[in-house]
Amino acid sequence: MSAIPDIAVSLTVNGERVSRRIEARRHLIDFLRLDLGLMGSHTGCEHGVCGACTVRVDGRIVRGCLVLAASLDGSQVETIEGVSDSGEIVDLQEAFIARNACQCGYCTSGMLMTAADLLKANPRPTREEIREHISGNYCRCTGYHAIVDAVETVAAKRNGRAGP
Amino acid sequence: MNEIIDPRSVDRPNSYIGKSIPRPNARKLVEGRGQFVDDIVMPRMVHVAFVRSPHPHAKILRIDGAEAIAMPGVVRLFTGADLAKHCEPWVAVLAHLKGMKSAPQLPLPLERATWAGEAVAAVVAETRAVAEDAVACVRIEYEPLPAAVDMETALSPGTPAIHPDLGDNLCFQRVNESGKVDEAFAAAHKVVEATFHSARHTGVTLEPRSILADYNRGSAKLTVYHATQAPHMMQGVFAKHLRMPEGDVRVICSDIGGSYGIKVHVYPDEVATAVIAKIMARPVKFIADRLESFATDIHARDHRITARMAVDAEGRITAIDIDDLTGIGPYSVYPRTSAVEGNQVVNLVGGPYDFANFRAKTTVVFQNKTPTCQYRAVGHPIATAVTEGLVDLAAEALGLDPVELRRRNLMQDGTYPRTSPAGMKFEGLSHEKSLDTLLGMIDYAGLRAEQERLRAKGVHRGIGLASFIELTNPSPFMYGIGGARISAQDGCTVRIDPDGSVMAATGVTEQGQGTEAIIRQIVAEAVGVPIGEVRVITGDTLTTPYGGGTWACRGAGIGGEAALQSGLAVKEAALKVAGAMLQAQPDALDLIDGQIVERKTGQARMPLAELARIVYFRGDTLPPDLPRELMQTRHFITKEYPFAFTNGVQACWLEVDIDTGMVNLLKHWCVEDCGRIINPLLVDEQVRGGIVQGIGGALYEHCVYSPEGQLLVGSMADYLVPMAAEMPDIEVGHVETPTRESLLGAKGAGEAGTAGAPAAVMNAINDALKPFGAKVFAQPFTPERILAALGKVPARWPVESPAGSPSAATPAPQPRAPGVQAQAAEKSPSLLARMFGRR
Repeated sequence: MSAIPDIAVSLTVNGERVSRRIEARRHLIDFLRLDLGLMGSHTGCEHGVCGACTVRVDGRIVRGCLVLAASLDGSQVETIEGVSDSGEIVDLQEAFIARNACQCGYCTSGMLMTAADLLKANPRPTREEIREHISGNYCRCTGYHAIVDAVETVAAKRNGRAGP
Repeated sequence: MNEIIDPRSVDRPNSYIGKSIPRPNARKLVEGRGQFVDDIVMPRMVHVAFVRSPHPHAKILRIDGAEAIAMPGVVRLFTGADLAKHCEPWVAVLAHLKGMKSAPQLPLPLERATWAGEAVAAVVAETRAVAEDAVACVRIEYEPLPAAVDMETALSPGTPAIHPDLGDNLCFQRVNESGKVDEAFAAAHKVVEATFHSARHTGVTLEPRSILADYNRGSAKLTVYHATQAPHMMQGVFAKHLRMPEGDVRVICSDIGGSYGIKVHVYPDEVATAVIAKIMARPVKFIADRLESFATDIHARDHRITARMAVDAEGRITAIDIDDLTGIGPYSVYPRTSAVEGNQVVNLVGGPYDFANFRAKTTVVFQNKTPTCQYRAVGHPIATAVTEGLVDLAAEALGLDPVELRRRNLMQDGTYPRTSPAGMKFEGLSHEKSLDTLLGMIDYAGLRAEQERLRAKGVHRGIGLASFIELTNPSPFMYGIGGARISAQDGCTVRIDPDGSVMAATGVTEQGQGTEAIIRQIVAEAVGVPIGEVRVITGDTLTTPYGGGTWACRGAGIGGEAALQSGLAVKEAALKVAGAMLQAQPDALDLIDGQIVERKTGQARMPLAELARIVYFRGDTLPPDLPRELMQTRHFITKEYPFAFTNGVQACWLEVDIDTGMVNLLKHWCVEDCGRIINPLLVDEQVRGGIVQGIGGALYEHCVYSPEGQLLVGSMADYLVPMAAEMPDIEVGHVETPTRESLLGAKGAGEAGTAGAPAAVMNAINDALKPFGAKVFAQPFTPERILAALGKVPARWPVESPAGSPSAATPAPQPRAPGVQAQAAEKSPSLLARMFGRR
């Protein structure tokens, strides 16, 4: 049923405080896209499988389609727009461009958020560990090989080594 | 002036063709600043959601939208009859596919739903969420009808004709025959045979089908933001079926989140969205959700092929004979039709091999399932799996190594041009060189030794090969000749701007392949400017030359040549002006890296920007009659060959766990020959992505239906796609045999990976299982099917329902008396009934 937005939430998104009245059923991905106009995170499967809507909540990556926005009062949310503006993942972004690890680009925001998450927790991942960590992010275009290469290159550079 | 030097032979300035240059449009995508259709928001925009049939076949008795329309935020409800008044129906047949038939189709059906998931009513609301809420409150009375589900019985006397006017469920049938097939089999040294199944699967574009249509009644113009591969084709479709002048329709493609052939078809719900926008004279958006994607995006590859091959005592193939059956759903899909996939199978089987006697029959039937149509590598993965499966069986029967049998039978390099027994014309292929290159990459002897060593330890690895051909650069012989308004030519406009930068507008389109990148490279080199000075415009019918868009691997070969020729024409025009300004012969000048230079010495004479400044702002200083045409358009269409065939060979190295039936992919290789490579970085990733898409079909993907015709896989949790952890590293090698049809020499590269991968995986699995005498030929090669082949679990193939699925206990639907409420559907455990017939 259509409902009058009746839940007040205040949270920080990409460093900006936002307050909105929302429906209880509003998912985080819809909140970001429809209420805040942040179109960089994408809706893919709506079942938590594809990872296109991956964003960061209080430092951990989540599926935007599986989190209710109403549960995020007081949270810190970061999206691809935020980490792009801050320059946090600029090396990953450059590597994705250089290695053609992004084709249609629909999965890329989520893939980059997941890759950044991996490198934070494990600065020296093997190819298998990279594949495992991004295994919840569906990419139909690349076949993943180029993405693994790009992440591996960034890990090596951050560790002061030349890439593969 | 117009020769294109092989770019890797000299490292000259301003040389871009053949270089791995990253895509100019990637940065916005990695920053989340692309613009996909769903990202576009317009004033007064409303959203449409569709009420979809929970029945595979049912009469629509009554649609009651009273409750839905009363809901806050709901604007309007449309039935099939409401839209039919504003829309011409379409029938998807092609005249050159003799005898093909299909039924008229409208945006929403008038009387009957013919597959579970077909849209039968539309609700327009202020938000998508409200529209969905309202969809659940639309009451539709259906009378379920007997459904034709199984393609094997679609033509049986007891099966009702889905469209009684057509007489039966036969859409199309063709036999492609040459030589003396029966005599060859009678005289054969050995005959091998098998029955192959390629499972029905679908594209799963991560961005679902998306359309935003806006009609301005004041200007009488329809503007459609559309995730489509073919904007000009869609312009024509909307114009014709909405009864508008073509010039009043504009189709714009912004960023598109994957296509793979899924987004080149006319979908009834998308036409409905445009019709509704025209009726309501406001922007209307439709974004399919994932369940709608599974139930209404085109499916593909639902084929059963019985096949046999005859060989002589010397290991030469003497004949191939196949019988293909495919079920395509209740309608042939407009305007490409759903008979092309079967037609491709009978054209492509046996393609890489030199033999004389060939017979291939395809039978294309209607059924009450989601319509099928062209999907990446149309027909190729099926034809390649059949051919390469037979080749490996023949090798085994003859006691020959699979490589040796291929060596004895592949069409020899240097014997072109030639025509295959299936009638395909080959300008120039490189099967032998490709195989040699591949064998150099994989250490075949080493892998065989490792296989032997591990077998002794109970570890079962296999290596599978697959040679293939791929059809690219299609001419009008593919669609235009059959009456479809699908353009095989394409154009490019190149313009020098006052600052010396260059704009290129092309009719080919971008869905992530790198179209804009290669057009930029070609134009920069052809005109003679730094690559950063070129901007590329794609995907807008108002601003680009008329063209076919991107499909069938035509972007590089067709669109690329048009870009090359228009770039060279602009350069010639600029040098004409430069000659007048510098009092030199235009032939004595050149344009390199944005500078007019002396051709002989390379000495710089004038920046292009200065020439452009004079042309645009001080034309008074030039000779009055001097042409100063710094914008040129050229078009390209192939001339001698209906298609530019490419070729290649793949190898797969994998391990089969004979206790669990699980397949572990260890490594995959591909050598392919797409002619001139414009950008190796992009070509390699096209090949890799294509291979993984092929592996998906081989191992995981399957649109499973219940025997009653209910789709049982409606989410990405049910329908498995390849994810990173299961995929191998993939090595790509190249042979280059440029086509002489164009100066550029490029053929297509986007479908080669998908064409060959399933065959390579199948042959590798069967190679691993060789000690057990077990074989699999039915995709997807699931653990269960492998264990069944090993005799470890009971075989239940062909079956459609997974074990324990709810449908197994569902009785076949009985025709109900008129007046039975749709709510009855809720008792059915089917997914679509639960999701689409929610109340």
